[in-house]
Amino acid sequence: MKHTTKKLLAFAMVLTMLMSLCSVFALADEGAAFKLGGTGPLTGGAAIYGNAAANGAKIAVDEINAEGGIQFELRYEDDAHDAEKAVNAYNTLKDWGMQISLGSVTSKPCEATSAETFADRIFALTPSASSTATTEGKDNQFQMCFMDPNQGSASAQYIFDQSLGTKIAIIWKNDDVYSKGIRDTFVEKAEELGLEIVSETEFADGNDQDFSVQISDAQSNGADLVFLPMYYQPASLILAQAAGVGYAPKWFGVDGMDGILTMEGFDPALAEGVMLLTPFNADSEDEKTVAFVEKYQELYGEIPNQFAADAYDCVYAYKQALEAAGATPDMSAEELCDLMIEQFTSMTFDGLTGEGMTWDATGAVSKSPKGMVIQDGAYVGLD
Amino acid sequence: MAFLNFLISGISLGSIYAIIALGYTMVYGIAKMLNFAHGDVIMVGAYICFYAVARYKLPPLVGILAAMAVCTVLGIIVERLAYKPLRAAPSLAVLITAIGVSYFLQNSALLLWSSNPKVFPSVTGMGKISLFGGQLTVSLVTVVTIITCIVIMIALTWFTGNTKMGKAMRACSEDKGAAQLMGINVNSTISMTFAIGSGLAAIAGVLLCSAYPTLVPTTGSMPGIKAFTAAVFGGIGSIPGAMLGGILLGVIEIFAKAYISTQVSDAIVFAVLIVVLLVKPAGLLGKQVREKV
Repeated sequence: MKHTTKKLLAFAMVLTMLMSLCSVFALADEGAAFKLGGTGPLTGGAAIYGNAAANGAKIAVDEINAEGGIQFELRYEDDAHDAEKAVNAYNTLKDWGMQISLGSVTSKPCEATSAETFADRIFALTPSASSTATTEGKDNQFQMCFMDPNQGSASAQYIFDQSLGTKIAIIWKNDDVYSKGIRDTFVEKAEELGLEIVSETEFADGNDQDFSVQISDAQSNGADLVFLPMYYQPASLILAQAAGVGYAPKWFGVDGMDGILTMEGFDPALAEGVMLLTPFNADSEDEKTVAFVEKYQELYGEIPNQFAADAYDCVYAYKQALEAAGATPDMSAEELCDLMIEQFTSMTFDGLTGEGMTWDATGAVSKSPKGMVIQDGAYVGLD
Repeated sequence: MAFLNFLISGISLGSIYAIIALGYTMVYGIAKMLNFAHGDVIMVGAYICFYAVARYKLPPLVGILAAMAVCTVLGIIVERLAYKPLRAAPSLAVLITAIGVSYFLQNSALLLWSSNPKVFPSVTGMGKISLFGGQLTVSLVTVVTIITCIVIMIALTWFTGNTKMGKAMRACSEDKGAAQLMGINVNSTISMTFAIGSGLAAIAGVLLCSAYPTLVPTTGSMPGIKAFTAAVFGGIGSIPGAMLGGILLGVIEIFAKAYISTQVSDAIVFAVLIVVLLVKPAGLLGKQVREKV
């Protein structure tokens, strides 16, 4: 009895080994395509972003491959919004033979993988990891989204320009680089513009369920606008709890707010009137955007958010850069890296998330944000 | 008035900790093990209720009963498969197994229900009560949570004090060997304890998610840890202690946020815990048991 079990086990192990060999060979066969890899939270609390980015990139890759010409082979690995898992996922991609990278979708993991891509000389263009540390001091790291500091100051500028509020409250997450980065520059810009910050409260992981204190602080200090530099999950709780005590200021979010409407069971009435700055507007009548939104809805049954559009743009930006550089799939990652740095710092790119985008040598993108407001459960452009 | 508002938020948060802590303390008191998977049973309960109410449009009460039924069965199964074979093993082995069960439940939930956060429908209605001309608002969830918590505590105290099963539980907690000699079926008593603890977890899950309505597979873990802290704070093994510890912890947490700093509120909560344990090592209402050598 015992022997049979052991034999069976051994047999099963041999089979597994053979199968893993097969898959390696199958992958090695395709040599004519650029191997494009990225990590993102496909599971876990931030999965809406990771899946949106992976889906957006997939649509772009399928479109480009169907055209003929440059071919891509896309692979997304799950990092569950965790720095350690992201490095493991990155190593899997490297073993697979990734030539150019889409970095990571969220900031924390991307800070970890960007150190790796920098050391390994693999060029990376992240769709949405917006913290400064992602690109700082790394010549081959580029961003498709705004950098956090820009988001913070752009938000303050926008609030000032549109005179949305005079007394401002901020609730931010103090253990998150994304939230802190935006908050810091927001405060700086607000001071410069003479916006009064009357209440500033924080929260952290594990302490992100009860917001009664933060809300009552904002309320008792008479804030007429509350700035929420955070992801949508805590934001949804803040909105619900504020409604529970009958506090209704203007809410102003950042790109992390995107996704709040697709939460299952979320009452869109709670988010009515929430404003946010985002580079992508799914309601836009622009031809490219309409086609993308239709295709996304057909394939995944929901309206794409900004992350999907950013990833879609990333793939097309790569296509443009690779074509301009005359790159071929047989080049090594390091050769491609040098070519891409040269291209990205000199080219101008038009995509879904902005026209005439350019990048500077630090890897930061320059494009203009659009103000959006949530009305009747949909994003509507403010301008 | 702000003070009263904070006090009420604190008591509301604390009563949720208290209900979770009751589950911890029961299992610890009787089986002498820390069931770290308790927080994840809470999450399972919340998901069952979510699906019953939001997807299949059943009345909230049916949702709660379904969650309790599923969690009770889950508690018994977990106990049978994971803890019972380790009855004679050192307590460290059981502890590690409990952590394993916790991860198992979390990851199963991830596979079954995906990671996308769900917004929990309120089972109590969104109503609120205004006092003192609207200066003080108390949401209905808060009231329901506090009442449920008190009812459960009284029921449990009565159950362990007056019923045959309850007495058997107390006997097991004093001395398993002696209880067995007196004709008590220790195994089924422990299974019963898990069943009750898990049923309570379902109620806690529903109340937790009604008050703070986002539901993800890790929803139960942090409240689980805080409730465990509350149970230790109040004196682990003691039912009134769990209740007191839970409510105090909630109030301290909110007051620390409101009057000291939102940044370091957790540090303050745990600092208070350390001070209490230094002064009263068995917790607030815990009994000091002297080991006979």
